[in-house]
Amino acid sequence: MQTALSIAMDALAYGMALFIICIGLSLTMGLMRVVNLAHGAFAMIGGYIASWAARDLGLGYGFAILLAMLGTVLIAIPLERLLYRRIYDRSELSQVLMTIGITFCVIGITNYFFGPTLKTIPLPAELARSVDLGFRGIAGHRLFVIASGLVVAGGLWFLIERTGFGIHLRAAVENAPMARALGVRTEIIYAASFALAIGLAAFGGVVGAEFLPIEPYYALRYMVTFLVVVSVGGAGSIPGALAACLLLGAIDVTGRYLVPDFGNFFFYLAVILVVCIFPRGLMGRAQ
Amino acid sequence: MTGATLPHDTAPRLRTLGQDLLGLALIALAGLAGYALFPDNLAFLTRVVSVALLVLSLDLIVGYCGIASLGQGALYGTGAYAAGIACLHGVTEPFLLILIGAAAGAVMGLLMGAVMLRAHGLPQLVLSIAIVQLLHEAANKASSITGGSDGLSGMVPAPLFGVFEFDLWGRSAYFFGLALLILVFAALRFIVRSPFGMVCRGLKEDPLRISALGIRAFPVLLKMFAISGAVAGMGGALAAIATQVVGLDSVSFEISANALVMLVLGGIGHLYGALIGTVIFMALEHVVAAINPFHWMTLVGAVLIAIVLFAPRGLSGTLDEAARLLTRSRWRAGR
Repeated sequence: MQTALSIAMDALAYGMALFIICIGLSLTMGLMRVVNLAHGAFAMIGGYIASWAARDLGLGYGFAILLAMLGTVLIAIPLERLLYRRIYDRSELSQVLMTIGITFCVIGITNYFFGPTLKTIPLPAELARSVDLGFRGIAGHRLFVIASGLVVAGGLWFLIERTGFGIHLRAAVENAPMARALGVRTEIIYAASFALAIGLAAFGGVVGAEFLPIEPYYALRYMVTFLVVVSVGGAGSIPGALAACLLLGAIDVTGRYLVPDFGNFFFYLAVILVVCIFPRGLMGRAQ
Repeated sequence: MTGATLPHDTAPRLRTLGQDLLGLALIALAGLAGYALFPDNLAFLTRVVSVALLVLSLDLIVGYCGIASLGQGALYGTGAYAAGIACLHGVTEPFLLILIGAAAGAVMGLLMGAVMLRAHGLPQLVLSIAIVQLLHEAANKASSITGGSDGLSGMVPAPLFGVFEFDLWGRSAYFFGLALLILVFAALRFIVRSPFGMVCRGLKEDPLRISALGIRAFPVLLKMFAISGAVAGMGGALAAIATQVVGLDSVSFEISANALVMLVLGGIGHLYGALIGTVIFMALEHVVAAINPFHWMTLVGAVLIAIVLFAPRGLSGTLDEAARLLTRSRWRAGR
């Protein structure tokens, strides 16, 4: 029973960390129709910045997260203007190739500047200690990740469904020329949602660093995981991404606890089954 | 799909036949030149030939059927492991091993096609990745058969024709591989120009029109997957015979992604690009990665971005276009 509970808590926290990173990718893929395989690279940049801020500048955890998000968005904006904007209406193959190229460049350049070692982000004392939930203790960091995931999910849902920006965004996705004709500045909407997606990637990279350690090949190692999660959830759907992250996170964590020598076997088996049964993802929309 | 393929129109057919013979001669010449220039690097050259078969097989799927795949390593690795395991169990005749690799690759191609063709677009790409990762984990887990993470080693293929041994110098392995590549290339040129190959290209260009002609896409594409699997499997088997080691890296996402990069670098959809891309990519990797692997990643990344932005048809396509602009000839248009 104790084991089952601790597996469940770990799975929930891991799934939420995946969700924070992947929801940004789900937005770019579902709303802007860009297969951004470099999403993990932005999470990695966020992790590197946070690690640098916390360890070399001595900033607190919260400031490190803020700096990571801002810095990553600042790096991403010129990339959006110079590179991404040219592949918005190109084929999936072109998008995959260009974003794999960006990933490779990010890995090469990051390692040139920071060296090929694993980067840690020191946790503050409040998050490092265990919190008593009454029936059992749980690491404060896990709780923090779960809470952040819920806040991100709720905040995004509110932003997209209930605000003026969300209405413009949905209009631009549904029918860009018509939205433009009605006076919606689609380029600004796209740029803002791209920045939002990248900021979330950086945030997820930092808070998820306990599960997905920040290291030189981070962007490549988890590229497939992120892509798979989004495609299983159905690109562009927040509940779909949440369901996919929790389901695949649970399968992955449980598999690693109970049958560690199978590695990712059950994860990918589940992916194949889900995609075969739901070719558009769990909650994907018909295109 | 112009008049060039009608049976009564013989002149263009002779011309394409001439082109193909010229192409085959060029490949043979390039292979011999490689032997003459780098006699000490034959193991590397054999690896290039083996990967060239993998990239050719990927071109059949990406270039002729329009299906993006990041999991071609599944077929390559299946061929490599099948040949390796057969060799360890007493089947040492190299030609037989290649056939075993081709058969295993074809079976895996059928399975992979049956799964992948259920989806379209992005989920399809994800399925291809999931399949290669699943096989990777399975090969790692089944260590009693595959050697797990240590790899499969200790196979000793019999001498070629009973005379030429697969020794440390790798001379027989190289010529064996080169001959195999030329044969496969000739066969593939024939296949992609056959009515079957034309239907595949039609499905890539305009699936609706092909289905209006009364052709069902699934069996056609599945057949191409089987052919592609056989070619990739032969590449894997060749690697197993030449290096006498089969590692987990032969069935990995990395080799699949690299194969796609090579194909796009050379240009998709006319087989020559696959060869050009493989040679350039692997030669560069051989040189730059030895200096600093991270510089190599930056370089590959920059090249990929440049190709997507400036040369979407790959090196051979761009050269083709330049040549056409220079000569203003129109006879290639029907190809």
